[in-house]
Amino acid sequence: MIRYTSVHKEYPRTGVALTGVSLAIGKGEFVFLTGPSGAGKSTFLKLLFFEERPTRGEVKIGPVSSATARTRDVVDLRRRLGIVFQDFRLLEDRTAEQNVAFALEVIGTPQGAIPARVARALAQVGLAGKGHALPRELSGGEQQRVAIARALVNDPFVLIADEPTGNLDDRATRGIFDLLRAINASGTAVIMATHNMELIRRNPYRTLELNRGQLVFDSADTPGDGEGT
Amino acid sequence: MRLALREALLAFRRAPLLSVLSVTTIAVSLFAFGLFGLVAVNLRSALQRVEERVEVRAFLAEGTPADAAAAAIADILVFPEVATAEYVTPERALARARTELGEFEDVFEAGVLPGSIELRLREGQRAPATVAAVARRLRTFPFVDDVRYGAEWVEKLYRLRTIATVAGLALGAAFAAVAVIIIGTTIRMTVLARAREISLMRLVGATDGFIRLPFLLEGLAKGVLGGGLALGLLYIATRVISAQLIEVTFFDPPLAAGGVLAGALLGFVGSAVSVGRQLRRV
Ligand SMILES: Nc1ncnc2c1ncn2[C@@H]1O[C@H](COP(=O)(O)OP(=O)(O)OP(=O)(O)O)[C@@H](O)[C@H]1O
Ligand SMILES: [Mg+2]
Repeated sequence: MIRYTSVHKEYPRTGVALTGVSLAIGKGEFVFLTGPSGAGKSTFLKLLFFEERPTRGEVKIGPVSSATARTRDVVDLRRRLGIVFQDFRLLEDRTAEQNVAFALEVIGTPQGAIPARVARALAQVGLAGKGHALPRELSGGEQQRVAIARALVNDPFVLIADEPTGNLDDRATRGIFDLLRAINASGTAVIMATHNMELIRRNPYRTLELNRGQLVFDSADTPGDGEGT
Repeated sequence: MRLALREALLAFRRAPLLSVLSVTTIAVSLFAFGLFGLVAVNLRSALQRVEERVEVRAFLAEGTPADAAAAAIADILVFPEVATAEYVTPERALARARTELGEFEDVFEAGVLPGSIELRLREGQRAPATVAAVARRLRTFPFVDDVRYGAEWVEKLYRLRTIATVAGLALGAAFAAVAVIIIGTTIRMTVLARAREISLMRLVGATDGFIRLPFLLEGLAKGVLGGGLALGLLYIATRVISAQLIEVTFFDPPLAAGGVLAGALLGFVGSAVSVGRQLRRV
């Protein structure tokens, strides 16, 4: 479903961020992505939703390949992905409901279909009663739930989370992680970048480790470039 | 579409000063353009009126027999530019002068005024060069003493019209350029203010066209407002001038609508040229 083939990514000013990364991720998998700061985790994820394109090699996700994707393909792909960040990225002047609805409105979903889907997504993340709250009226964990609801509202086949618990305390972290697990259990693949080693140790999911742009560890030991250090 | 409209309206509220400035410069640009346009339109109708009266008068030498004049008229009527030609006897010229100049009637003695041939030109044959050419041909008749026509008047009016057109175009274009720059600046500020929102839109799969639409609508709205404002100001200007100076006519409805359309186009194009460049920054 997702395949990286000899992926090399070089930024104009900062140089090599990823090099020689090859791996495959199956349908409905849960994957941890870890490694020290600057290892290339965010870059790895950005390649997945085509915020960046590889300098060499190929990233393939679903039917879309970095080698051939046109603007319209990227747009279509993103409508089938859910993306979550460490800093939530909610719009401050909109309520939780409006933030979730935003993801539907801007892709031209018929107005009539929106409220029901928003309510369902908010219920799914356990925020059924807080739809009218503004982001600043919510806790960090709740804000992240709103962001996850926004990512879920389009029924994505992959949920991409870049350090979704990076700003949260242990309790909120567990809550968000349980939520991601539940989402995964319903069939959505989840790829989650995290520094939280305890989370990784306690949960027997596939783990990828990056270091200085190289894939140095893959618990599934997928074919391709493996042990570096 | 509804969302785009809402965004476009929101942009007005986010940067009211710049929005007012864009509308104003569009209005000023079209006002300048329109003012000279009005001059041109009014000169044009004045020219038409004057042109209808463009009359070439060939004064005949003393003692020219009436049948010679009649023969000349037959020749003159063959000229393609000529609509009518008429022989005015010295007696009629005198009678006419007397009625026109009332109290000075005693000044004129029979025989003081020469006979003449008066001719009118066809429509479309009244440009200064044409009139001059006809006058030259008339001078070739041996018994024609002098030929007079409103040469200076016609030429001056024509020149004024050209000046008004060129000045209107130049000034209007200069202000239009300023309007485009200000629209671009407004869009840049809006894009910056909404950078977060725009990057989120991209992330969830909004098309570029969708992201662009509110900016284009905003430009269009500003253009229409600016065009309407310019039209209103021009109308007031014509009323004031009509009341204080001379009677002037306003644009006819199609031209007026064209003005608003020009504003809309200016606003739209102004947005279109800058929105792509600005969106690439976020
Ligand atoms: N947009 C960018 N432009 C230029 N260089 C970048 C960009 N994003 C990342 N980099 C560089 O690529 C390298 C990898 O960065 P990346 O953000 O992928 O690391 P990370 O593993 O996500 O780090 P962290 O754990 O701190 O989030 C870094 O050296 C960084 O300087
Ligand atoms: Mg990162």
